[in-house]
Amino acid sequence: MEFAMKMNEPAQSSRIKVRVSKLNLFYGSFQALKNIDMDIEENQVTALIGPSGCGKSTFLKCINRMNDLIGGCRVEGDILIDGADIYKDGIDIAYLRKEVGMVFQKPNPFEMSIFDNIAYGPRIHGLRDRKKLEIIVERSLKQAALWDEVKDRLHQSAIGLSGGQQQRLCIARVLAVEPSVVLMDEPTSALDPISTGKIEELIAELKNDYTIIIVTHNMQQAARVSDKTAFFLLGDMVEMGDTRQIFQLPRDKRTEDYITGRFG
Amino acid sequence: MNKDFGLTKEFVLKNRAKQKRRQRTAFVFLYLAAGIAVGVLLVIIGFIFANGLKEISWEFLTSGVKDAGREGGIFPLIINTLYLVGLGLLFAAPLAVLAAIYMTEYSKQGAVISVIRFFTTNLAGIPSIIFGLFGYMFFTKMLGWSWSLLSGSATIAVVILPTLIRTSEEAIMTVPAGYKEGSLALGATKWQTMRKVVIPTASPGIINGIILGMGRIFGETAALFFTLGSGTEIANSLMDSARSLSLHLYTLAKQGISPGKSYATATVLVVIVLILNLIAGIFDRRINRYKENR
Repeated sequence: MEFAMKMNEPAQSSRIKVRVSKLNLFYGSFQALKNIDMDIEENQVTALIGPSGCGKSTFLKCINRMNDLIGGCRVEGDILIDGADIYKDGIDIAYLRKEVGMVFQKPNPFEMSIFDNIAYGPRIHGLRDRKKLEIIVERSLKQAALWDEVKDRLHQSAIGLSGGQQQRLCIARVLAVEPSVVLMDEPTSALDPISTGKIEELIAELKNDYTIIIVTHNMQQAARVSDKTAFFLLGDMVEMGDTRQIFQLPRDKRTEDYITGRFG
Repeated sequence: MNKDFGLTKEFVLKNRAKQKRRQRTAFVFLYLAAGIAVGVLLVIIGFIFANGLKEISWEFLTSGVKDAGREGGIFPLIINTLYLVGLGLLFAAPLAVLAAIYMTEYSKQGAVISVIRFFTTNLAGIPSIIFGLFGYMFFTKMLGWSWSLLSGSATIAVVILPTLIRTSEEAIMTVPAGYKEGSLALGATKWQTMRKVVIPTASPGIINGIILGMGRIFGETAALFFTLGSGTEIANSLMDSARSLSLHLYTLAKQGISPGKSYATATVLVVIVLILNLIAGIFDRRINRYKENR
């Protein structure tokens, strides 16, 4: 495959940031995830690929417990982040979601100024100091490669930004609460190719400081940005490995069929 | 390529001509309907102004009612009406918004909520004289509030409550789910999400409902007959009887006391409603400044 040349070297780091074991998820009587085991390494980009409805977004939402919001959703098994079980009773969900940020498929800036969007997270967690908020806003926007484009209009509406800028704003908003893991649910599927390119560059930057898990329908994207790739099919995790291996030498026939475009 | 479906140039153009004729006809009706709607409104306002403006003087606006309205002015009634609107909204609006939040976001969306929704929808359509009777029995008699500003504004609050709940609920439900998810995913509680993201985003719709409610209070007479009383002085306390402009207008016209003063009162009523709507519009634009790209 031609994009194979551009793939990342297999990374050296090996500290486990997120450990998933025997994860089962049910919507009522329908089983959406089946016995998933997965180790996600720190400061790496892990891509989740697979056809629509295979459970990859559902899996992603287990990691910050956004599935709690869905009625009739039941989770079995363990997810450990830095060794702590996030499904244990008494876990603080607000703190979990601060640590595990999420970027959504459709950019969802609030109808507030750019400044207030970024300051929203720190504020809801109790930070009021204006000086500190200004520092956070500037640093988060710089990290999200948006500062130069918006520094002169921080107090204008975020809704006036382009789609790509809005998505980088949403990334900045997540970074403002100092997470250690960032989940991205098809973050570029609503964006044009140029904006997509910018977000991909950003992901490559961010992995130095964050552990990133990204769901994508775009296999070239998975190949370009990720270190590890996991392939999901019908609620099973079929195969996970170094991205290069998954795309060049898939072990499972189903993975090969999928990445060569035979289905999905 | 298959070309035998019969969609030839002649066929398409012939039908195109027909569609264009139909579109023209439709536009004529649309313009006509819009014209009639606006026209009727202008005629009514024009008629009232034409008859009322000449009766309005500084004295009419600033002095009290004399001789049952044959003489004097309506100043106390303007103040009473504003009291009534203020109190009615004060009672109804917070209750409606909180109820709407509960119904959309906190309760289980089951049979109970459906029943409540059914009743709020239907209560909104009940003739206000029924609310007037209820207010009379409950606030005036049972609670012993007598004919007073308190009884009247409590009754009027009940009248506008169902509409306010419905409009607030609809406004809250149109807030994109992505906003809520975005906030919750940052670690906000449900209440923080409601207070800081959902309600501000829904506020144009909520305020729109409040404006409608305000108009309703200005125009209401039936619900106030048995509750507000007919005092023509400025109410000094909640327990004072205090006639509103609409009630005064009704009395003047019904009893043939003074056609001139009726039109003058009507003119003042219309002007106040227009001014308040204007203020609400400005307010709405202020809180909406983040909505669009400007």
